[in-house]
Amino acid sequence: MVRVAVGVKRVIDYAVKIRVKPDGSGVVKDSVKHSMNPFCEIAVEEAVRLKEKKIAKEIVAFTIGPKQCSETLRTALAMGCDRGVHVNVPQLDALTPLQISKMSAKIAETEAADLLIMGKLAIDGDYGQTAAMTAAILDWPQATNLYSLQHNGDNATVEREIDGGLETNEIKTPAVLSVDLRINQPRYATLPNIMKAKKKKVKALKPADLGVDVAPTLTVVKIAEPPTREAGEIVEDVDALIGKLKDAGRI
Amino acid sequence: MLRRVVTRLPRLAKRAASTTHYFQKPRENDPRWAEIVSDEDVWTRYEDEVDVAIVGGGPAGLSAAIRLRQLANEAGLDAEEFRVCVIEKAANIGDHILSGACLQTTALDELIPDWKERGAPLHTPVKEDEFHIMLNDQKSIRAPFLGNSTWDWMTKNWPMNNHGNYIVRLGNVVAWLGEIAEELGVEVYPGFAATEILYNDDGSVAGVATHDSGIAKDGSPTDSFERGMGFRAKCTIFSEGCHGSLGKQLYQNPEFKLRENCEPQTYATGIKELWKIPAEKHRDGLVLHTVGWPMDKKTYAGSFVYHLTDWGAEEAETLVALGYVVSLDYENPYISPPSEFQRWKHHPLIAEMLEGGERLSYGARALNEGGFQAIPKLTFPGGVLTGCDAGLLNVPKVKGTHNAMKSGMLAAESIFSALQDETREWKHESLDVPEYETALKNSWIYKELKDVRNVRPSFHNPLGFYGGLAYTGFFVCMLKGTFGIDLEKWTLSHGGADHEKMKPAKDFQKIEYPKPDGKLSFDLLSSVALSGTNHNGDQPAHLTLKDDDLRRNLELFDGPEARFCPAGVYEYVTDEESGKKELVINAQNCVHCKTCDIKCPSQNIDWQCPEGGGGPAYGGM
Repeated sequence: MVRVAVGVKRVIDYAVKIRVKPDGSGVVKDSVKHSMNPFCEIAVEEAVRLKEKKIAKEIVAFTIGPKQCSETLRTALAMGCDRGVHVNVPQLDALTPLQISKMSAKIAETEAADLLIMGKLAIDGDYGQTAAMTAAILDWPQATNLYSLQHNGDNATVEREIDGGLETNEIKTPAVLSVDLRINQPRYATLPNIMKAKKKKVKALKPADLGVDVAPTLTVVKIAEPPTREAGEIVEDVDALIGKLKDAGRI
Repeated sequence: MLRRVVTRLPRLAKRAASTTHYFQKPRENDPRWAEIVSDEDVWTRYEDEVDVAIVGGGPAGLSAAIRLRQLANEAGLDAEEFRVCVIEKAANIGDHILSGACLQTTALDELIPDWKERGAPLHTPVKEDEFHIMLNDQKSIRAPFLGNSTWDWMTKNWPMNNHGNYIVRLGNVVAWLGEIAEELGVEVYPGFAATEILYNDDGSVAGVATHDSGIAKDGSPTDSFERGMGFRAKCTIFSEGCHGSLGKQLYQNPEFKLRENCEPQTYATGIKELWKIPAEKHRDGLVLHTVGWPMDKKTYAGSFVYHLTDWGAEEAETLVALGYVVSLDYENPYISPPSEFQRWKHHPLIAEMLEGGERLSYGARALNEGGFQAIPKLTFPGGVLTGCDAGLLNVPKVKGTHNAMKSGMLAAESIFSALQDETREWKHESLDVPEYETALKNSWIYKELKDVRNVRPSFHNPLGFYGGLAYTGFFVCMLKGTFGIDLEKWTLSHGGADHEKMKPAKDFQKIEYPKPDGKLSFDLLSSVALSGTNHNGDQPAHLTLKDDDLRRNLELFDGPEARFCPAGVYEYVTDEESGKKELVINAQNCVHCKTCDIKCPSQNIDWQCPEGGGGPAYGGM
């Protein structure tokens, strides 16, 4: 049986209307509702299903971020993970996917994970880089954007969502996997499970414990709202369309 | 081999409302549920036993929780020896809180005397108090005396004097109270809705159960169906806020007779926005209220505008909290409180404050106006009512939070001593604490509500609003407030429940509200988006109708639901086939304000609590 590590990230809730800070340095986060990244919920669900199929013996959920992330970790524990790791980083925004990947790789090693499952991207940064970079750092095979996962304890058969459709791969463990939207429908964390989750162990770490330097390497120059979309115009026929395009200097 | 995965979104046809919620359509009679209902393993809830269960994590509930754990700690009982559980439907504590708010700290000072050192987000003391009467859409006059320091000797005891109070983002204060509660060992469970009251065989309240999950929109069970969890408590505190759904059931319980000796509760709905305005326009600590335009003199309505600075935010923000409150005893079915709010903002007094500003948030909530005359019996075997679930808002002060908090504290004190008293005789399986009601009647809550009891009902007179202002100015402000002379030997009545007051549409003219300009005023849907409200779509609509076929609201009142709902939940759409207007319920938009349940003239709308975690995501409202 394998041991699974799952990364979860606390992000601004997907239903909230984002506001850009007036000085363009970032988005407003104070008093804004946060929840677990939807793709991370899917990753946790996939890990818990492996445990229910008796393919995984233990699931360790880990998160990197400020103290409020402990709530995100509790949700993962309530969904069925066995224990947690919280790497405390007060300013998560200042970190790059590379730094996250280095920490994730270290956690996968120290927790002796056979499988590292993550969401394919986080809805705030939208980078989609962490899973692949973590695999490279670990020198493990990777399968990203998973549509399905079948694991027999030694290796896995996966279907990946690609532009042309679905690609089927076989992959040996240990491996890094990232999940896409359609692989499963995450379960609710029920209240009795949330109460039980309070008793599950969470290890508190600092980036230095993982040997990773979190000094900022990336400066955000500016964040702005997309330009307001101008109203479109409906034209009567093709001639009118050509006329308009000519007037606008497009043809 | 190209294999495109194409998902075709079904055309979202607007369907006429058809109630599928189990509250109206019990599952015990539903063949789709036969297997599950008879399967004991699935149907029986997991239950936990606690000492005190608290329904609703707002100011009243959290104050009760904090006080209980303070007393428990003093008695040497740790969090496991004396379990206090707060069950809250919002995903996070504070997410469903909406209030002006101008906080009077009397209760907070008693509960947590060192609140300032502990970082309570009370950043803006009130500096200026202004009361304006808007005469029309252009002019307004400022009422004399109030806010003018020369007249402090006269106005200092007037209910609308805010000296010493703080302008706050109440959602943030409540979130802070939640942290304090957790530090003291309170178990706080946000994201779970208490949807059912559990009873012992002797009829006493045994506790509450949380919502079932995994029920599809059509009311059938899904693969992930799971029963909610039961909390059995020695005593249950109900603190759901104004017109709580379980509170409603308690009031209807024929054994408890809670409303036998009081008037029906009366309400108003407040619609609020939070704006960020340029520093040059900002008058930190300003408390401004207006009455008059745009409302007619027969309807009780008014506004609030509070200027506050949120020093707790990453960058101090100069904010304006503003809103419009309309009493729900209005007669004209064409009145639309959210539209009145939008057009009120165009008055020069307000418009020039908001120019160059940015609207950050929108929301709405019903509030109590019944005051003294509508205070019900507060205790029953197994539980108590606190805060706005009971109805303790002081109307002329426009404040209820301090009373809510104090009632929570009093409930906690009565319950804790009763539980610690080993010689006490229990007449029921769970605890009955009538001494809580006695304590409340001896407290400052009761005295202040009694002092102002005639203000709201005084507005029911031929002079309408101006008659009420005159009465209040003379009897309550001048005689009682300034000179300490109480001549009011009488108690005026509210004259019945709000839902009975609406008159037929044929007696009125449709009100043509101006189109929103997108800068100061906005359309309903973009406003609702700013509330952050969301619900899992695949669940039965929680706005249930007792009778799906009732057409009275449309035929007699021309469909007022579509006008009083501040979230655009109700729409009358002409059915393509029959040509008739059908009611469509967009349950996902709901902001849990409870206006519809209160004001529906046929009392056909029955608001049930949806799955926990859904509803607005107010960021510090």
